[in-house]
Order: sequence, then C-alpha cells, then structure tokens
Amino acid sequence: MTLSTDNGKGLMLMIRLENVEKHFAGQPVVHPLSLTIDEGEFLTLLGPSGCGKTTILRMIAGFEQPTTGIIRLDGEDVTQLPPNKRNLNLVFQHYALFPHMTVEQNIQFGLKMKKVPAKEQRERIDEAIRLTQLTALAKRYPHQLSGGQQQRVAIARAIANKPKVLLLDEPLGALDLQLRKNLQAELKQLQRSLGITFVYVTHDQEEAMMMSDRIVIMNTGKVEQIGSPRDVYERPETLFAATFIGENNIFHEERLFTVRPEKVRVTPELADTRKTGIIQDIVYLGNVHKLVIHLENEPTSVTSVLDFTDQRDWSIGQKVGVHWNLQDEVTVGR
Amino acid sequence: MKTAQASKRHPWLSIHSFLLMAFIYIPVLLIIVFSFNDSRMSTSWSGFTWKWYSTLFDNRTVMEALSNSLTIAFTSTIISTVLGTMAALAIRKMQNRGKQGVIGLLYMPIVVPDIIMGLSLLILFSQLKMDLGKMTVIIAHITFSISYVYVIVSSRLANMGKQLEEAANDLGASSWQTFRFVTLPSIWPGVIAGALIAFTLSIDDFMISFFVSGPNSTTLPIYIYGSVKRGISPEINALCTIMIVVSVMLIILAQWLLGRGKSDKEKGGSLLPF
Ligand SMILES: Nc1ncnc2c1ncn2[C@@H]1O[C@H](COP(=O)(O)OP(=O)(O)OP(=O)(O)O)[C@@H](O)[C@H]1O
Ligand SMILES: [Mg+2]
Repeated sequence: MTLSTDNGKGLMLMIRLENVEKHFAGQPVVHPLSLTIDEGEFLTLLGPSGCGKTTILRMIAGFEQPTTGIIRLDGEDVTQLPPNKRNLNLVFQHYALFPHMTVEQNIQFGLKMKKVPAKEQRERIDEAIRLTQLTALAKRYPHQLSGGQQQRVAIARAIANKPKVLLLDEPLGALDLQLRKNLQAELKQLQRSLGITFVYVTHDQEEAMMMSDRIVIMNTGKVEQIGSPRDVYERPETLFAATFIGENNIFHEERLFTVRPEKVRVTPELADTRKTGIIQDIVYLGNVHKLVIHLENEPTSVTSVLDFTDQRDWSIGQKVGVHWNLQDEVTVGR
Repeated sequence: MKTAQASKRHPWLSIHSFLLMAFIYIPVLLIIVFSFNDSRMSTSWSGFTWKWYSTLFDNRTVMEALSNSLTIAFTSTIISTVLGTMAALAIRKMQNRGKQGVIGLLYMPIVVPDIIMGLSLLILFSQLKMDLGKMTVIIAHITFSISYVYVIVSSRLANMGKQLEEAANDLGASSWQTFRFVTLPSIWPGVIAGALIAFTLSIDDFMISFFVSGPNSTTLPIYIYGSVKRGISPEINALCTIMIVVSVMLIILAQWLLGRGKSDKEKGGSLLPF
C-alpha cells in the first residue's frame, strides 16, 4: 500500500472520492468530484434541491455506481463492493423502518445479518436504545411511533452496527421546526460522543452551519466551495456560496464583491461615507433590526443589520450615510 | 358520507341501485332458498329441510367431482402462486424495453375469452398427444391463475417501494436474506390473497375445464352442467349454495388480507386493479 491514509494533520482519512462522476441517461448529475473526509469528521453536503446530494450519498453507500472515479473507505477501494459489504450505514430520509418488526427487532436486524454473537447483540441493542432514549418504546411497532421517534429508531438501527461512517440523507427533513432544533443538538452530541464520521445531507443552511465541521456547498452537480462554517460564511469564494449561506450585499463595480449586512454601518451624517441612500424599510426582529437602504444614483439596495445596542431612531424615507471597512469586502468569483 | 348525501338529493339513484342489486342477487337467493325446499318442485315452497344436503353427501358421483375439483384447485393454486409471485419479483427487476411486452403477455389470459383459451389449450394438448384428464385441467388452470396472482402480488410490490429492501441491504443483508426477511413478509398478504383468488377461480371454472377435462376428471361445475340438462334438482341447488358460500368466504378473506397493512386512506380499493 503506497497510498497514505494520513492527511498530514495527524487525523486519519476515512473517505476519499477521486474524480467521482455520475451520469444518468447520458446527463451529468454529479460533475467530477474529489473530496476527502477525515475520521470523526462531521461533513455536510449542502445545496438546493436536485443538485446531486442524494446521488453522492448513494454512491458512497453503494446503491449507485459512479460513471467514472474511485471511492475509498478507510484506504480500501470499495467502488465495486455491494452495499452489504461496506462498513457504513445510511439513514434514509423517510426512515425505511421495517413495519413488521418492533423497534428492538429493527435495531437487531443488522447485527443478526452480520452474525454477531447473541450476547454482544443484546449489549449493542441496549446501548443504541439508551443513546437514542428509546427505552420505553422498545417493544412498539414503527406505526405506533411519532415521526421524531421513528427518526431515533432509524439512527439507533444504524449506530448499533458500529459503522465507520454514518450517511444521513436529510434525516430531519420531515419533522417540524421545534423538533428539528432539538434533534439537531442531540445528533451533534451523539456524533461527538461516538466519534463516528458523519456525512450529512441537507438543504437547510442554518442546520449545516450549526452542526458541521466542514460544509460542501453544491450547485447543479458542481462543488462551489468546501470549508468550515466560518470559512464559507466569512470568505465565500463564489457568488452562489455568498448568497446561499446567510444574507449578503452584492456589489458589481470594477470587480464583484460582497459585504455582510452586519458589517454595514449606517450614520445620520452624510459626510465622509462610502455611499448615501434613503431608508426604504425597517424590520424589527427582536434581537436585531434590519434597515433596507436604497442607494442614491445606483439601482441597488443595501441591507444593514444593527444589534440591540443601537438605540438611534430611524424612520422610513430618512437620508443616511452607508459605510463599511475595506477588509470586510469579500471578492467573489461568478 | 358523500354517497348518502348524493342519494338524498337524487332519489332515482337509490331506486336504481336497489333495482340493480335485486337484478344481481335475486337469482342467487332463489337457488339458496330452494335448496332448503321440502318439495322436489322448484315452483312452490312446501317447508324447510336439510335433506338435500344429506343426500348430496351420499351421492358417489358428486363426491368424486368434489374430490376432483379440490385436487385440481389445490395443485393449480400452489403452482400458480409460486410461479406468479416469482414472475412479479422478476419483472420488477427488469429495466429494458421488453418489460412492458412481458407484462402485456401476462395480462393476456385475463383478457382473452375463456372459450378461446379452452379451445386453444385443447388443440395444444391434442397436438402433444396428451390424454385429457386431471393433469390437463391442472395445466389449464395454472395458465390463467398465474396472471391473477401476478397482478395482485405486483401491485403489493409496487406499494412497498424499494426503500425497505435498500435499508436491509445497507444493514448487511444479502439478496436472499433481504427477500426472506423483508420482501416476503411485506408481500405475504398479497401472495395469500392471490392464492385464494386462484383457488376460487379454479373451483368455479367451467368453460376452460369443459374443453380440457376427460372422463375421469369431471369437476363440480361440469357435473352441475351435466345434471341440469336432466332437470334442476334440489340437490343441485344445495351444491350450488355450498359453492357460493365457500367462494364468497374465500373472496372476503382475500379482501381482508389485502386491506391489512395498508393505511386507512388506501383501504376500500378493489381487489384487482381493473
Ligand atoms: N435514478 C435516476 N435516474 C435518472 N435521473 C436521476 C436518478 N436519480 C436522480 N436523478 C437526477 O439527478 C439529479 C440529482 O438528484 P438527487 O436526488 O441527487 O438530488 P438532491 O440534491 O438529493 O435533491 P433533493 O434535495 O431534492 O433531495 C436530479 O436532477 C434527478 O432528477
Ligand atoms: Mg435528496
């Protein structure tokens, strides 16, 4: 083996995609993609609907064959291996629990298939049930559970196998907002304590920001940017990345650059400012308020977010100065 | 709820439905009623009796026809259920253009008139120099039952989707284990329902059996046809009543099996998709 599985940071490489490409009926759905994922990392694929997130996950799990390229899991080339021979598990968006088995039997299924000794099966089931707080529900059937409980069972069923990698395809997509917030925190906590590599798919940028170590921003089958939540927020590389994550102000001048709304300062004085404009709208959001300012002599509006420390009175139609620091301008590609 | 409202608004609709039901069920009810009539004449009622049922069970020819019918029904049901289920599983995996063609061919026995099925099978058997008997009837019943089993099982499979099997595969199950522990338990009610339909069709079939049966393979419907030519007797009414009751029970059982495991919304759909 000449291929090193060390990434140079002392962490082991868990997954390596080498020029992986996927066509359906001659149409490219995933453009050539190279990506490495570290052991214990929480990596999120983020992008709008139809951009190929599920397809990438299904190629890693083994349900789809890449048209070209190689997939390595823990150093081993698994491109040709069927799903049941890969030491990783997929949590499906609609859970795919076996309806004719109880919660416990669902969790036991993978262990039985792998012929884990009975005593160890028992221990692993109990542990998975404890970690996902399903103790009271172990004897129930899936149709007797709520959506959030079913989601927990799907995760328990996967982690009982002690996979090297857990793939999750919009696992919280079908749940309401409050439950989603709770489960996001639980899931992140679980990932930390288990130390399993998570590859997580979502189209919710807030979810991606709060949970991930690194985010892969995708658009129409292409990677726009890969980086930590901080990187992709503070230093977006493309126009798509700049606008897909958080709010942003775009300026087309001699170059294309962006300035985050919270970096934009507004002053009642009009002298010595970068630009001037008229307040078009004031949005009060509790912890912050937002001013939308229509620029003078330019067909653009600028949004500024002011926090609770700002006690000044603003009114719609007021003429104001708009200012930001040079280092807050982020040049982006198209 | 909706139909009740509709019938309130349109009194003709309920009258029409009532007449339609009467039209369908009066002949059947007459047979059942006269099977308990004390008189041999089917024109007047002269008191209640069970005696035609007991003479029926003493009748050697009837018992032989019953035994033939049951042997043929059980054998053809088992074979057609296995073959029909396997066809449904195999065709689901097909991806090429031939798929629609194969499905079309499987629907043929449902669409082709029985008389043509019977005749063509008879020609085939005589070409093959096969003696007409239980074997030829069993083969004939298998040919048409497979289609019905296929239709029922494949609709169940379509309902199930692919995700459960992918989940099993992902959890380490081989193709066989996936079939054994996930696919089969999910489609099982459909398989049993298909078997019950096949059994009912076999017991009830007259036309095709008439063409391909021989002297030692008289089935109940063929026996009934033969004796009706000599006049309708109360024993025949009793025999028909038994057949009606058994068929209806089997169909109700099949319906119930198909309804189970579906959500309430899906319930109330018909047994067959046409
Ligand atoms: N089996 C298939 N055959 C043909 N085209 C497919 C197939 N699976 C996916 N596609 C196409 O590939 C593209 C990417 O699909 P994919 O499911 O990966 O998107 P996604 O990013 O997961 O979207 P979503 O957020 O809506 O789930 C879509 O345009 C889809 O129509
Ligand atoms: Mg998807």
